[in-house]
Amino acid sequence: MEQILSIVVRNQPGVLMRVAGMFSRRGYNLDSLAVGTTQNPEFSRMTVTMEADEPTVVQVCKQLAKLVEVEKVKVLPPRSSATRSMVLVKVRAGSKRMELIQLAEVFRAHAVDVTGESLIFVATGDEGKLKAFVDVMRPYGVTEMVQTGLVALERGDAALAVEESRFQWPDTEQAITI
Amino acid sequence: MQMTGAEIMVKVLAEEGVTTVFGYPGGAILPFYDALRESKIEHILTAHEQGAAHAADGFARASGKVGVCIATSGPGATNLVTGLATAFLDSTPVVAITGQVQRALIGHDAFQEVDITGITMPITKHNFLVKKPENLAQTLRLAFQLAKEGRPGPVLVDVPRDVQTAVLEYTPDRLRDLPPVLPDKDRVAAAVAAINKAQRPVMLVGGGVINADAEYDAMHLCEKLHIPVVSTLMGLGAISAYRSLFLGMTGLHGHERANNAVKEADLILAVGRRFNDRVTGERSRYSANKTIIHLDIDPAELDKNIDSSIGITGNMNMTLNLLEKGSVPHDLSAWWERIASWPSMDDDFGDEEAPCFFKALNPVIKGKDYIITTDVGQHQMWAAQHLKIEFARQLITSGGLGTMGFGLPAAMGAQLARPESRAISLSGDGGFKMTGSELFTIASNKIPVIAIVFNNSGLGMIRQLQTVQFNKRFTACEMPGYVDFVKYAEAFGIKGEHVATPEELSAALDKAMAVREPYLIEVAINPKNMVQPMVAPGLGIGDFVKFEPKK
Repeated sequence: MEQILSIVVRNQPGVLMRVAGMFSRRGYNLDSLAVGTTQNPEFSRMTVTMEADEPTVVQVCKQLAKLVEVEKVKVLPPRSSATRSMVLVKVRAGSKRMELIQLAEVFRAHAVDVTGESLIFVATGDEGKLKAFVDVMRPYGVTEMVQTGLVALERGDAALAVEESRFQWPDTEQAITI
Repeated sequence: MQMTGAEIMVKVLAEEGVTTVFGYPGGAILPFYDALRESKIEHILTAHEQGAAHAADGFARASGKVGVCIATSGPGATNLVTGLATAFLDSTPVVAITGQVQRALIGHDAFQEVDITGITMPITKHNFLVKKPENLAQTLRLAFQLAKEGRPGPVLVDVPRDVQTAVLEYTPDRLRDLPPVLPDKDRVAAAVAAINKAQRPVMLVGGGVINADAEYDAMHLCEKLHIPVVSTLMGLGAISAYRSLFLGMTGLHGHERANNAVKEADLILAVGRRFNDRVTGERSRYSANKTIIHLDIDPAELDKNIDSSIGITGNMNMTLNLLEKGSVPHDLSAWWERIASWPSMDDDFGDEEAPCFFKALNPVIKGKDYIITTDVGQHQMWAAQHLKIEFARQLITSGGLGTMGFGLPAAMGAQLARPESRAISLSGDGGFKMTGSELFTIASNKIPVIAIVFNNSGLGMIRQLQTVQFNKRFTACEMPGYVDFVKYAEAFGIKGEHVATPEELSAALDKAMAVREPYLIEVAINPKNMVQPMVAPGLGIGDFVKFEPKK
C-alpha cells in the first residue's frame, strides 16, 4: 500500500543524508522524496512516499523519530490529504504546436518554454494525472522530462507544529541544508 | 572571558565531569592537545585509536559515566570506527572528539581529510561537524547530553583545526535536564493483569536494565513474584548468578534450563533487551503461545524483531516499580517443578576441559567487585556460561557488534574508571593479536589490568562453526605459528606466566591479585573444545546441537 510520510526536521546540514541513510540502511525503499523549508526557516519538511504494509510503516516512523534532528513524523491519510507533484515535459512539437497546447489545457498544463522545435509543459497534480498527461504527450515525441516528489498536507486544521525542540541546539546556519 | 576554541573544549569537558580521556594526537587536533596540557584531565595515550575508543567504551560501561576518546582527522578518525560501532550496538555513552582540517580546506581532499561525520552517521547516535566557533561549547554540551539521554550511544564531534584556534568569548552554561519518559498507565495495568494470571512466567533481563541502573528494581520485582529470571549476554549481572531465581543465560549458547524455560513459558517479561537473532533463534517459533511484555526505553525496539503483546516505553526504574506495586505473587510451584527437571546451569557441560578454567575463576571473583572484560568467540561464551556474574557492570563484553580485540583496551578503560577494583581481561589468542599492542598503554601508565589469554593457536569459534555448518572442512581457523604471549608481555615490561590446568590458573590469578601491577596469564587449551550447549542454526531456542561424545 502506498504510504505518505510527512517529516519535520531541523534545517541543518546533513539532515537529508541522515533520513535517506536510515531508509537505505534498514532496507526500506522510498519511491519519492521532496524537501523544502517551512514557514519557520529553522525547520524543513520532507514528504516521502513508499510502498509498505502497516507494521513496516510504523517501524519506519519510529526509526525516523529516533533521529535526533527529526522533530515530527506523521503518516498522512491519503483520502483526506491534498497531494501534488509537478512534471516538466519537453515535447518535439514541429508543426503541431497548437494541437499540443490545446491537449495540454485538458490537463491544466501550460507551456513554459517555446523555443525552436520544442515546447516545455508544466503540469501539476497527483501521480495518476501526471502519468496520463505524459502518456498523451508521448506519441508526439517526449525528448526529456523531470518530475518532483510528491508534496502533501493533511486537509483541515490539523498541523504538524513544532512548539519547542526536545534539545537545546546550538545556533545553526540556515538555508544551507539541502 | 576570551578563550581559544581548544580551551573551550577542555573547559566543557571539565564542566561535564570528565576526568580521563583516551586518545592519540595528530596535526588537526594539536590545538586541543595544547590546551589539554594545562588541565587536570588525565590523558591516556593509547597504542592505536581503536584502543582509545574501546577504552572509552570500557570506562563508560564500568562507571555509567560518559567515556571520551580523542583522535585526529583522517586515519585517526577512521581508526575510531570499530570502537564507535561497538559502543553503538551495545548502547554505551561515548563522546568522540576528532580534529578536522581547517574549514577552508574541507571538501578539497586535503592532507588527512576524511568525511568522518558521513562515515560514522549510521554507527553513532548523532554526530556534529562544528562549523562556527561560537557553536562549539553548546555542541559539546549537547553531545554529552545526547550520549547519556534515553537509550545511550556514541556521539562524535568533528572540530576543524581553525575552530580550535579561533578566539572568542566564553560563558559557562549547562543544558536543561530532559524530563523522564513516563510509562503509559493503561499498558502497565494490562501488563500487571497478564503477570498476575501467568502460569509459566519468565523474566528476561537485558543490557537495558544495567544501562538504566535498574538492577535493584528488577530484583525486587522477581523476588516478590518468585518468578524465574533468565538473561541475555548483555544482561548478565543485572541479577546475581548466585540467586536461586536465576536460571542462566538464554540464546544460541544459552543454558539448557534457561532456554527451555523461555521455550515453555506462557509469559515473557522482557526487560531492556531487543530480541536479537542470537537470543531468539528462529523468530517464527519464538513467540508461539506466549504473552510477551516488552519494556524498553527505545520505542523503536518494540515490535521490531518480535511482536509484543504489551509494549511499554519509558523510564525503566519507574516501570519496574509500577509492575512490582501492582502484581500479586501466586503459586508457581508446578512451573518450578518443571524447571527443576532440566539440567541446571551448573550441570551444563561444566565438567569439560575449557569450562573448568572459567569455573576456577569463580572463587577468586566471588563477592568482589572485580570487572571482567572479554573479547569475542569461544572464551566469551564460556565466560558467559560458567562465570558467576554477581553485579551489574561486572561483565563488560561486546555483545551486539561482536568485536574481537575489545577486551584488553576495554579492561584498561574499566580499570581507570574504577581504580579501587581490578579489571581482568579474557581473550583468545586471535583477538589478543588484534589489540594486544595496548599492553603498551597498560605498561606505560601502570594500569593494573590482569590479562588472561586462552591460547589454542587458532580461532576456536570458527573451528566450531566449520564443524557444525561446513562438515569439518576447516579453513583459516588454525594458526600454524605459536605465539608466546608471556614473552610478548615481557617486551612491554609486563610480567606473566604460562598455566596449563585450572588449579594453576587459580594460583596465578591469586598471585596477580596480590600486587597492583599489570600481569599476563597465558592458558594453554585444546583447540578441540566446543562451546556447549549450542542451539542448532535455524531452529528454535530449545533445539540443541548434539556433538559426538569425546573419546
